[in-house]
Amino acid sequence: MSFSTALAHHFLPETILALGVLALILIGAWRGTRAFGLVNELAAGLLGLAILALFFGQTSEASLFEGAFVDDAFARFVKVLTLVGSLVTILMSRDYLQRAKLGNFEFPVLVVLSTIGMLLLVSADNLIALYLGIELMSLALYVVAAFDRDDARASEAGLKYFVLGALSSGMLLYGASLLYGFSGTISFDGIAKAITGAPPLGVIFGLVFVLAGLAFKMSAAPFHMWTPDVYEGAPTPVTAFFASAPKMAAVAITARIVFTAFPGIVGQWQQIVIFLAIASMLLGSFAAIGQTSIKRLMAYSSIGHMGFALVGLAAGNEAGVRGVAIYLAIYLVMTLGAFAAILQMRVEGRPVEKISDLSGLSRNNGTAAFFLAMLMFSLAGVPPLAGFFAKYYVLLAAVDAGLYPLAIVGVLASAISAFYYLRVVKVIYFDEPAPAFDHSPLSLRAVLAVSTLFVLGFWVYPAPVVEAATAAAKSLF
Amino acid sequence: MFGFGILTGLTFLPLVGAAFILTLKGESEATLRNAKWAALLTTIVVFLLSLVVWGRFDTASAAFQLVEERAWFGAGLTYKMGVDGFSIPFVLLTTFLTPFAILASWESVKFRLKEYLVAFLVLETLMIGVFCALDLVLFYLFFEGGLIPMFLIIGIWGGKRRVYASFKFFLYTLAGSLLMLIAILAIYGKTGTTDIAILLETKFPPSMQIWLWLAFFASFAVKMPMWPVHTWLPDAHVEAPTAGSVILAAILLKMGGYGFIRFSLPMFPDASAYFAPLVYALSVIAVIYTSLVALVQEDIKKLIAYSSIAHMGFVTMGLFTLTTQGVQGAMFLMISHGFVSGALFLCVGVIYDRMHTREIAAYGGLVNRMPLYAVTFMIFTMANVGLPGTSGFVGEFLTLAGAFVANSWVALFATSGVVLSAAYALYLYRRVVFGALEKPSLQTISDLSARELVLFVPLIALTLYYGVRPQPIIDASAAAVANLLQSHTALANAAHVVAQAAQ
Repeated sequence: MSFSTALAHHFLPETILALGVLALILIGAWRGTRAFGLVNELAAGLLGLAILALFFGQTSEASLFEGAFVDDAFARFVKVLTLVGSLVTILMSRDYLQRAKLGNFEFPVLVVLSTIGMLLLVSADNLIALYLGIELMSLALYVVAAFDRDDARASEAGLKYFVLGALSSGMLLYGASLLYGFSGTISFDGIAKAITGAPPLGVIFGLVFVLAGLAFKMSAAPFHMWTPDVYEGAPTPVTAFFASAPKMAAVAITARIVFTAFPGIVGQWQQIVIFLAIASMLLGSFAAIGQTSIKRLMAYSSIGHMGFALVGLAAGNEAGVRGVAIYLAIYLVMTLGAFAAILQMRVEGRPVEKISDLSGLSRNNGTAAFFLAMLMFSLAGVPPLAGFFAKYYVLLAAVDAGLYPLAIVGVLASAISAFYYLRVVKVIYFDEPAPAFDHSPLSLRAVLAVSTLFVLGFWVYPAPVVEAATAAAKSLF
Repeated sequence: MFGFGILTGLTFLPLVGAAFILTLKGESEATLRNAKWAALLTTIVVFLLSLVVWGRFDTASAAFQLVEERAWFGAGLTYKMGVDGFSIPFVLLTTFLTPFAILASWESVKFRLKEYLVAFLVLETLMIGVFCALDLVLFYLFFEGGLIPMFLIIGIWGGKRRVYASFKFFLYTLAGSLLMLIAILAIYGKTGTTDIAILLETKFPPSMQIWLWLAFFASFAVKMPMWPVHTWLPDAHVEAPTAGSVILAAILLKMGGYGFIRFSLPMFPDASAYFAPLVYALSVIAVIYTSLVALVQEDIKKLIAYSSIAHMGFVTMGLFTLTTQGVQGAMFLMISHGFVSGALFLCVGVIYDRMHTREIAAYGGLVNRMPLYAVTFMIFTMANVGLPGTSGFVGEFLTLAGAFVANSWVALFATSGVVLSAAYALYLYRRVVFGALEKPSLQTISDLSARELVLFVPLIALTLYYGVRPQPIIDASAAAVANLLQSHTALANAAHVVAQAAQ
């Protein structure tokens, strides 16, 4: 395959975004501060175009750039999720940023740049591509975390994220160097071939460091420390972005690396993943109970959900990967919906973010209240909402693999976490009303409505998601 | 229609009514009246449709009938609905009682009436679904989905401690059910299907049965509720609005019993036999202990709630005797308790609507101003006690008869519960209804209104009718019970043969 056909086919979404973002920068530089609205819309268009390219593009599997980049069903599935996460973030952020006087064209540009990093990461097939993807993704994320640069909390969030992120990159790089040193190759397939029989200690160390670095990116406990502070400090649209797209990419590359580079030593990485899963689920359920800020609550919620996604990974089989893929899709929708509701929390022009501020939403805006309550039930995993099926598929894989203790910890954590999701419902419906929220822009209401309808109606027609996830899982094996 | 059958129509019809109510705009008097009538008519149509289902149902057969099946989630999970002798009485009970729940809220719900009606209609869909589902995951969906509307009903329209009660209700039930979910996943992992009809034919290894049974037990025992996981029920009942209590006592509790009879007994026969003594013990404790607790209650609803737990003790005891009388008695008791406890909560609702208190001490001498009410309350009190001639007697007698066959000690202790139930129920009745009408606040209390009379007459009729002629209910489930016991006997014989061969 020639370079140009590769670009035109298997590398199409990345090409669109990469060329498009250069144009966006030019527009921004040319029009200056007035460019925000236009650049924002163009960025959304670019992301939409990339999604279309994935939907109507190649369905075959291909390896590009000397084996650095792989395009398969799994990559395409996760890329769609990632792009949807970025697109919705861009759509939801405009109003918030303009009101907060943060309407600079750099924001959409950075989101698109970060998204390119995620796409590369999802498709990475060797250690160099992995590192490049992660860094491209993270460098843009560090900046957007501190996007509200005059705000002390946002600056703190950005700095904290940067320092810890740099540390995790270092760990990842160190692990990668060990893997290269002991296997003599950077390609995932090559590493798999090089590890025969009992792996050398260096490979184990490399595996641990690489997984630790990736756990940082997906905020799995015990590498989660940055998450609540960054979620709370960053501007809310940025938090929505953090909670959605990067998690998709991080979990996906973790799945890819363990199954393509370490298929022979499942037992070795399985115990690490089980540990991460249990720690994240328990931390996510217990630590969220005492939170008063809805953004911190969502931070712990996302930690718990990443733990659940890892349960599927821990199963170490195709059903597990399918579970992870379904989990990511449903988690993405629920999170974006929840943040669409959080972004609507604005009283007399000022954003509020305490859980108690939600009280009386049911009386001031019955529809939004109902939608948010259903999303909370879904996040808690109550059937027949979509969140239940997410848990169903990962637990199914875990039980199938004989990981009963893990599954039982999972459901217990799920029951505990139900408590704080219910608390949000309680504040919405049972408490005395607080001041009403301002009228919110159409984009937020639309995102909230669409995601809730997805969550409510998923069980009626689940086939598209389940089938796509099944095909995605198959391509990894 | 669209390849779906009557059961799907029955299950999802209430959602149509709910959707209609959601389209009504505004809070004007006329809108609210329309919403109420829409809800009532929907539930009545659902009831009529369920009579059609009943007409098409062949009581002579033990097989699943009116089965409909469609591909759903792909491999393993199918959308499969159907009824048999165990489920059809519960379907009818549900569709019969929901209109009463709507009627009971006619005037007592003062705010967010539309949401309230929608919650009840959604709940009805989920309850019918539980009894019609023939796929384990589909069953679980309906079983757990009911938590959401009930949580909101208790939490929004409940009493003073509604938040506490709703959380307790939700978390207790959820924690129990999640263990069942693990068991469902394990069953799927082992057999590759969640089709209940196939699973009923599947023989699970005894060692696995033990764990599966325990996991299912965790869920159903909480739902039932059995001692010692019953504590959510009195709180939920006390705080729930009247209609919520009615549905909770009459139908949601029966899901536990239905679960035992649908899953635990036929699918895990070895484990059921192994754990029968445990169930006996818990049942007997429930019967005696909760009856004694009921005796000292100061709150009418709490007293009836404890009495419900005691009655559910009879049900679990009867089920695990695995005798014809025991199982049929348990089935009958569940249906009868559905009418009686529902009616008792309606009775409490009547005086609560007038006085806004459930304290027993706040009442006394009601017979002087409310003779009709006194008669109604008396009939249901007697049915609750199990007086011969009321439907309560048949169920209790049959379960005790079954218990005597299985284990006379269990029967001996359980029978004392009958005496105790007479004690607390009559004591309650005397304090509320008899005596002099001394309290000034009661001087102007009015007797049953026409709407309330309409509410009680059918329930009284059924209670007395089934007390005299219990045959229809017993016949409905007779074939299914015979089938269940036959497979158990075959199993016991097989075990016997194996034991002899081993010697």
